[in-house]
Amino acid sequence: MTTAAAPERSVPDARGAARVAGSRERAGDRLFRLLLTGAAGLILLAALALAWQLGSASRATWKAFGLSFLWTSTWDPVNEVFGALPFLYGTAASSALAMLIAVPLGVGSAVFLTELAPRRLAEALCFAIELLAAVPSVILGLMGVFLLIPAVRFVEPLLGAYLGFLPFFRGTPYGVGLLAAGLILALMILPYITTITREVLLTVPRPLKEGMYALGATRWEAVRGVSLPYARSGIFGAAFLALGRALGETMAVTMVIGNTPKISASLFDPAYSMAAVIANELAEAASDAHLSALIAIGFVLLVVTVVINGLARLMIYRLEKGA
Amino acid sequence: MNGAIYARRRRVNAAMLTLTAACAVLSASVLLAILGYIAWKGASSLSWAFLTNLPKPVGEAGGGIANAIVGSAKVVGLAGLIGIPVGVASGVYLAEYGRRGRFAFCVRYAADVMNGVPSIVIGLFAYALIVMPMKRFSALSGSVALALIMIPIVLRNTEEFLRLVPGTIREAALALGVPRWKVVLFVMVPTAGRGILTAALLALARVAGETAPLIFTAFGNRFWDDGMLNPIATLPHAIYNYAISPYEDWHRQAWAAALILMLFVLAINVAARLWLRPSAGAAH
Repeated sequence: MTTAAAPERSVPDARGAARVAGSRERAGDRLFRLLLTGAAGLILLAALALAWQLGSASRATWKAFGLSFLWTSTWDPVNEVFGALPFLYGTAASSALAMLIAVPLGVGSAVFLTELAPRRLAEALCFAIELLAAVPSVILGLMGVFLLIPAVRFVEPLLGAYLGFLPFFRGTPYGVGLLAAGLILALMILPYITTITREVLLTVPRPLKEGMYALGATRWEAVRGVSLPYARSGIFGAAFLALGRALGETMAVTMVIGNTPKISASLFDPAYSMAAVIANELAEAASDAHLSALIAIGFVLLVVTVVINGLARLMIYRLEKGA
Repeated sequence: MNGAIYARRRRVNAAMLTLTAACAVLSASVLLAILGYIAWKGASSLSWAFLTNLPKPVGEAGGGIANAIVGSAKVVGLAGLIGIPVGVASGVYLAEYGRRGRFAFCVRYAADVMNGVPSIVIGLFAYALIVMPMKRFSALSGSVALALIMIPIVLRNTEEFLRLVPGTIREAALALGVPRWKVVLFVMVPTAGRGILTAALLALARVAGETAPLIFTAFGNRFWDDGMLNPIATLPHAIYNYAISPYEDWHRQAWAAALILMLFVLAINVAARLWLRPSAGAAH
């Protein structure tokens, strides 16, 4: 990720320049540096304030329910009883489904783009896939409501007929539900997986692959035997970054998941996600307890995404160090 | 025997490579499908009146989304006024003063964390920070949320583009006795200017499509807004409201609004790409 800086010289940066010259900082320089430091400090401050604000605004919920907030399933704003398990389940299940679809698809695309496609074609396809990441999530949600849900409603009875022996494919084909949410999330994270995996695959040293070819390996054998193992940690990193995105994705999921707080093994059933319940209920939160419970869900979401992103960065960092 | 094994290996090779090609084509064609469908559904409802009129009362057909377009411009504009200077300034700090050191490490880490935080959680932060103390939804709180999303994007790009500027340029300027702040501001930043500007534009396009953090900050409004301290309509939020409504006419308007938003986002992305390409060589 870090771009190789210019080779270390006698004057590595502006601060070093002062040391070299041995001069005192001029007033204008000092003011400028303080200004920039202030701006940088603002981000640090914002990150700390974010965690602190969400923590303190949800304190009432943690006091009242403790950690059982995370594994009870009653969500009753009227009687002020709150348990977030159905939302945790909906977020986890839809994200897991999205990963199951998007990771193979993304890695496959990346292999094609780096190993096979002519440069022109690869550039064009890459551009299209990157633009997919720029489509606002509310627009994908709109497509989901009017295009994906009817399609899913059509496909579900077929899935039920052939795969109904599995618990995932039973129940009423509503259209809205985990399956639709997983599919739309897969679309949203696909570009991240593809572009990051592609970047990682491009770092595989040529001589390694050439060695495989010299031994008589086919292209696919070189990909499977050298490129993918070499890039493994980067691909895991890409998958975790994408997972972080999927967990917090709001609009598209809210529009297709069905917004029903229940836990069911079937992918056909409507569910609810953490981000969706915040989006739907916060503006109309009836009481302080309700508000605090919603912010508590946001706090959990924050902690989970920070941990997942940290893991992702660790993996990509490890690859960079190894390379 | 050997021939049979070889033939099998070649068949596996061809099958797997075809499969990867299918993956790539499928992924890329999703974009075309989305663009085509939005253009088809949206174009028929797009008209001058749609762009310049206020929404009609519920149940009445017709009306436009002029207030949402203006609202989006105001909210995103203010977000840019806050987010771009802060992002660029802290990016310059990291590239020029903070290559090493604990403070710079913390800033970089905080930016990475903020970049990974879901936009709805950023929205919650703006809600707790501004809406709760002021006891009302406001355009300002929406802008702050969007600015917080922009800052890490602008910061990271600014730092990377500045690092591409050769150190010899800085040394040459310093050797002439130019004060450091002038070197940074009038030599380093302009050299990386095109990249920084593109990053800022892309960040604007990104937040222009954000809905989640606006639902409980900017809140929405069916009329012209009443200043930045009051609820305001925005384009993505209007699309959301219309899409989940039960009215046929509002669905139609949602598609038209989606077309406008998509065209805006697409234009910036394509322009940024075309614009950045020649400078990749110029920076070296």
